[in-house]
Amino acid sequence: MKYNVNDKGFYGDFGGAYIPEMLYSNIDELNKNYLSIIEEDSFSKKFNYYLKKYVGRPTPLYYAKRLSEKYNSKIYLKREDLCHTGAHKINNTIGQILLAKELNKKKIIAETGAGQHGVATATVCALMGMKCVIYMGEVDIERQRPNVERMKILGAEIRPAISGSKTLKDATNEAMRHWINNPDDTHYIIGSVVGPHPYPDMVARFQSVISEEVLYQLDEVEDRNYPDYILACVGGGSNAAGIFYHYLDNKKVKLIGIEAGGMGIETKKSAATTTLGNKGILHGSKTLLMQDKNGQVTEPYSISAGLDYPGIGPLHAHLFDSKRGKYISVDDNDAMNAGLELSRLEGIIPAIETAHAFAVFDRLEIKNRVVVVNLSGRGDKDLETYIKWGKY
Amino acid sequence: MNRINKLFDKKDNILSIYFTAGYPSLNDTNYIIKTLDECGVDMIEVGMPFSDPIADGPVIQNSNNIAIENGISISLLFNQLSQIRTFTQIPITLMGYLNPIYQYGYDNFINKLITCGIDGVIIPDLPLSDYKKHFKSSFNKYNLSYISLVSPNTSEERIKEIDSISKGFIYVVSSSSITGKKSEFSKNQIEYFKKINKLNLSNPTIIGFGISDKKTFNSACKYSNGAIIGSSFINSISSVKLNESIIQFVSNIK
Repeated sequence: MKYNVNDKGFYGDFGGAYIPEMLYSNIDELNKNYLSIIEEDSFSKKFNYYLKKYVGRPTPLYYAKRLSEKYNSKIYLKREDLCHTGAHKINNTIGQILLAKELNKKKIIAETGAGQHGVATATVCALMGMKCVIYMGEVDIERQRPNVERMKILGAEIRPAISGSKTLKDATNEAMRHWINNPDDTHYIIGSVVGPHPYPDMVARFQSVISEEVLYQLDEVEDRNYPDYILACVGGGSNAAGIFYHYLDNKKVKLIGIEAGGMGIETKKSAATTTLGNKGILHGSKTLLMQDKNGQVTEPYSISAGLDYPGIGPLHAHLFDSKRGKYISVDDNDAMNAGLELSRLEGIIPAIETAHAFAVFDRLEIKNRVVVVNLSGRGDKDLETYIKWGKY
Repeated sequence: MNRINKLFDKKDNILSIYFTAGYPSLNDTNYIIKTLDECGVDMIEVGMPFSDPIADGPVIQNSNNIAIENGISISLLFNQLSQIRTFTQIPITLMGYLNPIYQYGYDNFINKLITCGIDGVIIPDLPLSDYKKHFKSSFNKYNLSYISLVSPNTSEERIKEIDSISKGFIYVVSSSSITGKKSEFSKNQIEYFKKINKLNLSNPTIIGFGISDKKTFNSACKYSNGAIIGSSFINSISSVKLNESIIQFVSNIK
């Protein structure tokens, strides 16, 4: 079984490019050029330069001693929270803005949910001197104030998405509409492994630096370059795709994606796509999707704005469908408790998205096993949510 | 030949109107079709609402949302359309995004097109490869029209490919934009329309997106076989005076 993308842009049954004609030439341009550009020496030199000198890579693989003792396991944390701007998102935005420059694009647009991808995009636009417009759901603008102000300080224009649920899905719709209206000079930096091919593959490649580093970092401390388990939270699934990437074909490694259960999957106030979704087409790809029986996309819910998405990247849909990956949902309550536990045991306040991945140790057979958790983002942006939650 | 082919055979300056099924009220579909037919509209495009219509502007987004809240679905729409051919012979196409059709089932969908007497479909996010795989053989067998969009950024080579598998007409998107933007045609747009005409396509063409009034309709007809009006029609119809508002709108165009 092949887990990565095939030459038609599909992962098994999932993926493809389901787009209106008005976007065809843009997607076709990307599709014809992305691999040759990314694989050029001069491109990877530039990409690696910025990852090292600007983002601060490689990020440490940190042995979490007290957490490991508590769960009687060997837990390593991949510290993407230490990246510049506070999350893994910048790996992708550096890659895509360099690509956009190669394609002679002058303007950048992006969607954002929690604001982490928006901040990472606004950051690289400032760095490269490019005009930046970020679409963000009106609801998310309210609950992620600090990130909104960060983007503005960085010079980005924020446009609220006021349709539908006014969250990430709707911000993505608005960004796609903007791109239809401005196809010639604009590049759309999608923030996750979603969207029409080649986006899922392109974003996964830029994020694959995470597992590329884990390969040698683990080898240094464990005498083997692979763990027994890899855990990562999944909204669209970019941090998970990045840390799974170089282990997709190594069956000794159990790949675990953690989805947002919201208030619990039985309440329907949830974003647990693999549990609640079925096959469908949204934002240009065929994937698993939360929808009603008539094919209308339903409004997801999670306490974390970054996981509040009704779909999942086609790579993950394929990993789930083929049982190569296991996907577990964690509700708001357990995620918040796990975030507080990590704060007290290791002195790291995680992003609430990331906190979901720390809530499943009890549900897996990890005794004496080597576990790598992708600590995809830090919790500074979520302080208000932590404060409202209380219980600390 | 189906009703679309016959229409283009005998007539030019074709006026096609788009409306959203289930809007303004759930059961207005047949009444709107009947009224448009009686007013002398040439062809009708019935929108199947979707929660995430990425090629549409605010007006059609809003009509889609209201129609979904009203309770419209593809299966209900086909119930509404089941007797349509007892009272009108106007060419009718269904327009909608792929996901609701995918959930309804491609084969079920095609069967209902045939039994209701629908003439063609416009599915903006259906890739040509998926059309060939899932729709083409039934469409050919049952004489259904597959109508595809071309935009100013569509290459000549691709326009020809689209022409070769389309049967009915080619939907020429007037500018790089979503639906509902109003403006007069620029020099570049007119160049683009002329370029398409020079290709001598086997299908007739209809211009859509941004056609809002008599003036833009007439200028679109100069460069094609007709035009489609959507957002501007949706904007003008009123649920309390549905009949009068439709008659008024059409008489302002024709």
